[in-house]
Amino acid sequence: MVELDEAWALNQRVSLRPERFGALAYHFGNRRLSFLRHPDLVEVAESLADLPTVADALRAAGVEEPRWGSFQRALGTLASSDMIVRRDAVPPGKEQVAPPPVAALAEGKPS
Amino acid sequence: MVTDQPRAATRSLADDFKLGLEAPICLTWELTYACNLACRHCLSSSGRRDPAELSTAECYGVIDELQRLGVFYVNLGGGEPMLRRDFFDVVEYSTAHQVGVKFSTNGTYIDAPAARRLASMDYLDIQLSIDGASAAVNDSLRGAGSWAAARTAMDHLAAADFGAFKISVVVTRHNAHQLDEFRSMAADYGAQLRITRLRPSGRGADTWDELHPTQQQQRDLYHWLLDRPDVLTGDSFFHLNALGTEQLPGLNLCGAGRVVCLIDPVGDVYACPFVIHDEFLAGNVRDSGGFTGVWRGSDLFSSLREPTSAGACASCGAYDACQGGCMASKFFVGLELDDPDPECVLGHGEAALAERGLNGSPVPRPGADHSRPGAPVPVSIGTRPG
Repeated sequence: MVELDEAWALNQRVSLRPERFGALAYHFGNRRLSFLRHPDLVEVAESLADLPTVADALRAAGVEEPRWGSFQRALGTLASSDMIVRRDAVPPGKEQVAPPPVAALAEGKPS
Repeated sequence: MVTDQPRAATRSLADDFKLGLEAPICLTWELTYACNLACRHCLSSSGRRDPAELSTAECYGVIDELQRLGVFYVNLGGGEPMLRRDFFDVVEYSTAHQVGVKFSTNGTYIDAPAARRLASMDYLDIQLSIDGASAAVNDSLRGAGSWAAARTAMDHLAAADFGAFKISVVVTRHNAHQLDEFRSMAADYGAQLRITRLRPSGRGADTWDELHPTQQQQRDLYHWLLDRPDVLTGDSFFHLNALGTEQLPGLNLCGAGRVVCLIDPVGDVYACPFVIHDEFLAGNVRDSGGFTGVWRGSDLFSSLREPTSAGACASCGAYDACQGGCMASKFFVGLELDDPDPECVLGHGEAALAERGLNGSPVPRPGADHSRPGAPVPVSIGTRPG
């Protein structure tokens, strides 16, 4: 299960390719193919690594709260096939940078 | 494999795929028609190298294009792809350009050093072909010594710690009873079993009648696969779905020209690896628009992405499950593309086959025959020299 207050990222071995229905995701490690069937889900998956939490990524993509449950389930499926992975709370490579204020994220302006 | 997604889409994923993708998910790329074997069911009638085969530089150009298109991986094959002197160059160029490689080989040229080199490479997967769990069954189809060569290659890959390579089996009437043995063989090597459907393509056009599984074997196979989701199939058995309410894992659709295609050794682009024939030739990677132009602009591919009619299958309740089966199988046994699959599990194929040719049209012959005229042809099982 992917929790809203957790930090996740797209697996670095996963390649995303936009398609009219969303995107295809291919995992070069386990060679599995997955389908992201909504453009919003693509945006969320791509931004996970740059934002502190799942909730931040959902908010930044403009996903309204009533839809968060279905996005959590979709992210859970992506997690079960290793397409997205848990990470430490601070985004990798950004250890020295303070997390952006949540307010800025809510306005869709991640630093 | 298909993930749950937010909000039920108005179209199914299969419907999306039928309309075609911006680029193939993967494609088969036969690197050469040269082959040291002369398998009786070879889908590309391989044997002799074609003088017009793509040069190394042209191969690199195709890979550059595939990278730009975001094609995730290529299935390199042949012929025997390792017979190309630039085989490792092409593989390394591809993986260095984010186009993963799976390649199909008969294993003859995987000696210990080659196995170590292959094991050291990332984004690489190997499909080793073997069509009998015993030498007798395999060699009757693939030629004397080919079973031993494949097993030796597997030994080398295991010794080199390659990891989970694939053991690739075409299911025939003669090996269908050996599937458990193949699975044990894979387990012994830490490998994965991959089985695919025999098509009447290439030299298979002449051997299909004798080799394709019986109806009972097809029924057994359906249940065997349902019980063993770890066995890979390349989605090639979706016609079996008409046997029950439970679907085999996969997309359950013909991907030809929609999500997959074939590039042959001379750069010709066909709708799928099993339809090497002018009727399914979409263009050539040497054309001015390159592969991209063919994928996006060919009239043939456009027509394959249009909604298909159920044709003769319209009155059958199983059409949604089987999608009418395989285009290539129908074509090379002389059926119309909207006829039932010749191996229809509900028996409609036999009736269609009985009626074929009544309108006087000949059964199409596979194109691009590169068979070696003098090559020894393996002897079929049950054939007793007189």
